[in-house]
Amino acid sequence: MSTATTPAPAPPAFATAPARRGPRLLRWWPAAVLVLLAVAPYSALPLPGLLDGPVGSPGSLQLLATCLLFGALATGYDLLLGRTGLLSFGHALYFAAGSYATNMFLLEAGLPFAVVAVLGLCSGALLALVLGSVSLRVSGIGFSMVTLAFAQAGSILVSRNPGGLTGGEEGRAAPAELLPSWLVGIDHTANLYWIALAYLVLTLAVVHRAVRSPTGRVWEGIKENERRVEVLGLKPYGFKLTAFVLAGALAAVGGLVHLLLTGGSTPQTTTSDFTLSLLVMVVLGGSGTRWGPMVGGILYTWADHRLGDLAGSGAVADLPAVLRVPLSQPLFLLGVLFVAVVHLLPGGLARLPSRLRRTREEHR
Amino acid sequence: MTAPALLVVRDLRVLIGGRHILHGVDLDVAPQGVTALLGRNGAGKTTTVRGVLGLVPRAGSVLLDGEETVGLPTHTLVRRGIGYAPEDRGIFADLTVAENLRLAERRGADGPAYGLVHELFPELKRRAKQLAGTLSGGQQQMVAIGRTLLNGNRLIIADEPTKGLAPKVVTEVVQVLERAAEAVPVLLVEQNLAVVRRLAAHCAVLADGRTAHQGEAAALLGDEEATRRLLGVGRGPLTSRQDLTVEADS
Amino acid sequence: MSTLVLLTMTGLGLGALYFLIASGLSLIFGLMDVLNFAHGALLSIGAYGTWWAASGNLPGAGPGGWGFALAVLFGTAVGTLAAVVLELVVVRPLYTRPREQVLATVGVGLAVPALLSGVWGSDARTFPGPEALSGTFGLLGADVPVNRLVLIAAAVVVLVALRLFLGRTRHGLVVRAGVEDRAMVTALGIDVRTAFTLVFAIGGCAAALGGALGGLYFGSVDPRQGTSLLIFAFVVVVTGGMGSVTGAAVAAVVIGLVQQFANYYTAAGLGDLAVVVLLAALLLVRPRGLTGRLA
Repeated sequence: MSTATTPAPAPPAFATAPARRGPRLLRWWPAAVLVLLAVAPYSALPLPGLLDGPVGSPGSLQLLATCLLFGALATGYDLLLGRTGLLSFGHALYFAAGSYATNMFLLEAGLPFAVVAVLGLCSGALLALVLGSVSLRVSGIGFSMVTLAFAQAGSILVSRNPGGLTGGEEGRAAPAELLPSWLVGIDHTANLYWIALAYLVLTLAVVHRAVRSPTGRVWEGIKENERRVEVLGLKPYGFKLTAFVLAGALAAVGGLVHLLLTGGSTPQTTTSDFTLSLLVMVVLGGSGTRWGPMVGGILYTWADHRLGDLAGSGAVADLPAVLRVPLSQPLFLLGVLFVAVVHLLPGGLARLPSRLRRTREEHR
Repeated sequence: MTAPALLVVRDLRVLIGGRHILHGVDLDVAPQGVTALLGRNGAGKTTTVRGVLGLVPRAGSVLLDGEETVGLPTHTLVRRGIGYAPEDRGIFADLTVAENLRLAERRGADGPAYGLVHELFPELKRRAKQLAGTLSGGQQQMVAIGRTLLNGNRLIIADEPTKGLAPKVVTEVVQVLERAAEAVPVLLVEQNLAVVRRLAAHCAVLADGRTAHQGEAAALLGDEEATRRLLGVGRGPLTSRQDLTVEADS
Repeated sequence: MSTLVLLTMTGLGLGALYFLIASGLSLIFGLMDVLNFAHGALLSIGAYGTWWAASGNLPGAGPGGWGFALAVLFGTAVGTLAAVVLELVVVRPLYTRPREQVLATVGVGLAVPALLSGVWGSDARTFPGPEALSGTFGLLGADVPVNRLVLIAAAVVVLVALRLFLGRTRHGLVVRAGVEDRAMVTALGIDVRTAFTLVFAIGGCAAALGGALGGLYFGSVDPRQGTSLLIFAFVVVVTGGMGSVTGAAVAAVVIGLVQQFANYYTAAGLGDLAVVVLLAALLLVRPRGLTGRLA
């Protein structure tokens, strides 16, 4: 339960709004949000439309936990895309590696959970180190395609089920009897929720610290203009690899959380579509911003689930085909929304407030 | 310069990757003859030319025959009658010589002037089917200049056409430009002062992305102190050698 | 021997399908630096268009004879149209933002298959085809399905047509020049955006044709078909050199054959794996493979 009391990250250096808008307390809004999120499992508040049951119900907590998990995953992915300018199409691989490796160590070796968790994390990080050191030898769209190729190779491997290790198309359920009892079963959904929340806080803190470190400033330089970094006498390769491994390790932890949350590993997490959905989350929310990827990940996951529910509901089934067909396909709506954001809202949702403010001031 | 200038550039600014390359260039290209654009390396000569053509994002004013062209896409501007031979020659290496020329054809009243191009550069006719990438530097420059002569252009812009060429080829290029300038005004970016002395009537000098001087070319080059101050060249060995080459020929 | 012949013909058929996708992908990337993630969707649109028409929804079209030819024509036309719309509406407004262009095609690549499964269901649909194309023919003792031959013939026709277009027409000349140096093409007074729309139309046409004939090859259509073929088309494009149509043709044949033979003679799926790893290896050994030449 200690996860729920994880200290809030340092107050953000929030550039524009608070100074002009009033009390310094506003700067503490992330902490307030965190407290709210932490006590959510105790809440019986119904949020009709947003959630099916009360906030604290297992179904709602499961959805919220998934949202937080993907918010964190998108934040970690943006370390590459938005902070270092690396467009990886293979991030799913490290997420899946965290999930599958942990699961396989559990199933095949029967080691204690704490040990397999560490092994799962290390496997993901090691895989990122090896494949990253190879992929980063090429740059630009070549890098994107190498990462895509490696992820696709991983996906093929998983679905071929070598030696019965991965479970093929069905995936593989985690052995409930080998997991700590407080992590298993519908009664303990709140614990899983807190773990997802802790993972989000961890990711935000790691990304925030990393971006502000000297290494982070070099990443920014690489993103802006790699040649200029070289001119300064720095070798971008090592810095890019650091970002790649860090993001890979964070994704592996996410895979571990996903394993607990869903009770197994599924091959869907290895597909390029999975990486592409991460990309969509980050761009929707706002690549390269502090909160954007998280917001994108949460909104995307929530919308994906809710739209799926909506599609199955009677209200949609009675609509004429023109409305029913698009509404029944969350991916269609999200894909269209994504294209619209790319066109109309460069910088994603995170830039929306400042854009609105500017428009308002112009009209004044 | 009594007649109004053909090309009037005012306060041209170019920003690339968040950095100002040009801070405000003013330039008048005379309606006849050669106007030289001079300056030390990195002064912004090539960027000015690219800015005029809209190949880089630019602000300010560029009037061609009195009409504003900032805001027009490059291809529209070029179709109004500009021939451009870029610094790197802009040759399509995987296309043949004939294809390189054909690409530059524009629909005009008289049709492409292959007669003129082949008269000036008989070599291009002989090598029509050769891949342009296999040509020598001088031959590639001929293709680049040939493309500017193919259409009835109102203005030719040549960016360092003699750079990296053997002295004999420099002479050939200079003669062609001299002949071209009889019919069409030329904006010439050039480092070789002997070439400038021979061709240009007017000149503009850039320094640090601004216009530092405009006036008669002969007056500037006759003033050794001003030449050194603005262009940073004295009697360097390279300059004087090329000096001799061109002048011996004339 | 008969196994060898069958594998070769199947590999060539698959290679033909890859070529139909990769040729357009390669031209689009070569000219515009846009890796078109929606290219698989264009194939799917062609496949569904043909399926829809051949299933009796289009007057005159049907599963047999000239009716089927009309259905293929219809599917290809719809795919071409979709590609033109994609270029004009989605890609062109992002002209100055190359990375966003790729992202936008990713969005379209996600949305189109979803829309297809929304309209026609996510399960595979049986693909109708004329009797004459569903049989087999004897070749060196092997019974080879006729549809392989149809795909190979279509790919050859497309290859010849593309080479003629690139080599003999002014638009083709502009495309070849644009692959080398886009800015210089505009500096010669040519509106290179026309060429952009054109390569999208050509690429969409070839991919949609691939979808229409791929339906014969696979015997069914499903919404994810195009996307799953896309990765192998990437392999072909990189192997053949970006922007090179002939390179894509050679690479498509090699990849198709390697994949078929490896899948048959080693463990199933190993061929797919080998090909994907080949992509990574090629890019690493020859990073400049991305900036290929047009031939």
